[in-house]
Amino acid sequence: MELYELGIAEAKEGLAKGDFSSVELTQAIIDRVHAKDGEIGAYLTFDEEGTLAAAREADKALKDGNGLKGLWGIPIAIKDLINVKGQPCTCASKILEGYVSPYDATVIAKLKAAGAVCAGRVNMDEFAMGSSTENSGFHPTRNPYDTTRVPGGSSGGSAAAVGGNLCIAALGTDTGGSIRQPASFCNCVGLKPSYGRVSRYGVTAFASSLDQVGPMTKSVADAALLLQALAGHDEMDGTTPPEPVPDYSAALAGASLKGVKIGLPKEYFIDGLDAEVKAITEKAIAACAAAGAELVEVSLPHTEYAMAVYYIVAPAEASANLARFDGVRYGHRSARSEDVFTLYTRSRAEGFGAEVKRRIIMGTYVLSSGYYDAYYGRASKVRTLIRRDFESAFGKVDALLTPVAPTPAFKIGEVQDPLTMYLNDLFTIPSSLAGNCAMSVPAGFTSGGLPVGVQFICDAFREDKLLQVGKAFEELKG
Amino acid sequence: MAPMSKTVIDVAYVAELARLELTDEEKAVFQPQLENIVKYVEKISAVDVSDIPPTMHGRAIVNALREDEVRPSMDRELALGNAPLRSATEFTLPKIVEGAES
Repeated sequence: MELYELGIAEAKEGLAKGDFSSVELTQAIIDRVHAKDGEIGAYLTFDEEGTLAAAREADKALKDGNGLKGLWGIPIAIKDLINVKGQPCTCASKILEGYVSPYDATVIAKLKAAGAVCAGRVNMDEFAMGSSTENSGFHPTRNPYDTTRVPGGSSGGSAAAVGGNLCIAALGTDTGGSIRQPASFCNCVGLKPSYGRVSRYGVTAFASSLDQVGPMTKSVADAALLLQALAGHDEMDGTTPPEPVPDYSAALAGASLKGVKIGLPKEYFIDGLDAEVKAITEKAIAACAAAGAELVEVSLPHTEYAMAVYYIVAPAEASANLARFDGVRYGHRSARSEDVFTLYTRSRAEGFGAEVKRRIIMGTYVLSSGYYDAYYGRASKVRTLIRRDFESAFGKVDALLTPVAPTPAFKIGEVQDPLTMYLNDLFTIPSSLAGNCAMSVPAGFTSGGLPVGVQFICDAFREDKLLQVGKAFEELKG
Repeated sequence: MAPMSKTVIDVAYVAELARLELTDEEKAVFQPQLENIVKYVEKISAVDVSDIPPTMHGRAIVNALREDEVRPSMDRELALGNAPLRSATEFTLPKIVEGAES
């Protein structure tokens, strides 16, 4: 097995036993990126010297015997909207070309404290708006399982890097499905933590009531290890409650589906579901039942309104968050500006891509005078009903099992209409609106060799349970 | 509840509110796309939301307050480091007040 194929758990073991050093592991990733990323395009930038220097520091601590815990010496790829001090952070947008982060995001400070090495910045849809990574302002990323297809999005660079063995593990972010859908498309595990479980400080905001950072990994055990380093209260993010963080890896010991109540929300098994995705999901359900899980049909009656709520709430929040990009304090400033007004309008016109512009306009519209109550106000109330649907379901079951996305990875350029693209997030949006935790776990392949995951959803702050169920399911596949 | 669908989104006008200059081509492409999206999201008008409180966050939260004490903030040089145009200590902007000396 090549070093770049390792996950976090195996790499930890190898480092602890002295089979290889962090520098060797990091160099293996760098060599692999040189060999393969021309074809995939997972990375935007990779500071090789800085990364190797950090790996050398980690090796020093390992030699002193201080580094056997946490993520010591493990290189982790970082989605390009998370600030790492001294590194570029473009959010895959031309408007932030040349931007250098003046500080570390809390998740990065925590990764560094756990000994991890930030290794490369991976591609994404611009400002995390999209489901295919075709909206990157720099270049699209290709699916490592079929380079004519998309890796999903918005964390498509993270997913392609994990699925294509171009990293050990990666950080992604998820607002309406941006960790889970690309994880499904690229055969990796992608966990969206409950809203508030992980700090958003230093993570460029898209929709502040929905955004979460989470692990994208080669196994459920790796997701537990990475989440352990990320989770917890942060006084720089007032939405992170001071609730204790369980020992996620310990929770995985003896994980079993025996007696676990798995809910199947009938609203998720719709006509538009791709036949092969449906078959793979049904096979996963049958495997859970055979392993002793109790299947329970449940109803989440407001599911059909979730996408509409999301495409009001998320653009509304985005239009406010992206107002900060005005050519004054950072980012692109138009050379054609004549006064302050055209400084704003032209800097933004030249810097933002089409999808970001559409969402800013949509968000400004639903918040504008006379429309607020009918759109944002009403959507926030329907959001309550969606949340209540989940609360009622989790009174009866331990976890929900659903498809992740309606289709496997589609062809680059295949989906042109924005609304059609939005449908990719049909099954991931509701749990984001409700603030639950959810995870995509690889479940099988189509006849054409494309990976397909299934989604498990658990009640808020029950990542321990979510990881247990995911681990037990992963083991069924052998 | 106010009916929603009576007005059609005016993309050119809303873009101006959003401080976003659009080309004529962009206006022509975005107008029907955004009309479609607006039409789609209006399906929420079918839901009875009387007496339903709004959810503004993924999780019910209360104010998170800390002691009101002075803490160091970002170093000025770092904060100015990404400015597209700056003086020694400030961001530089075009003149804002008519008739004022710049």
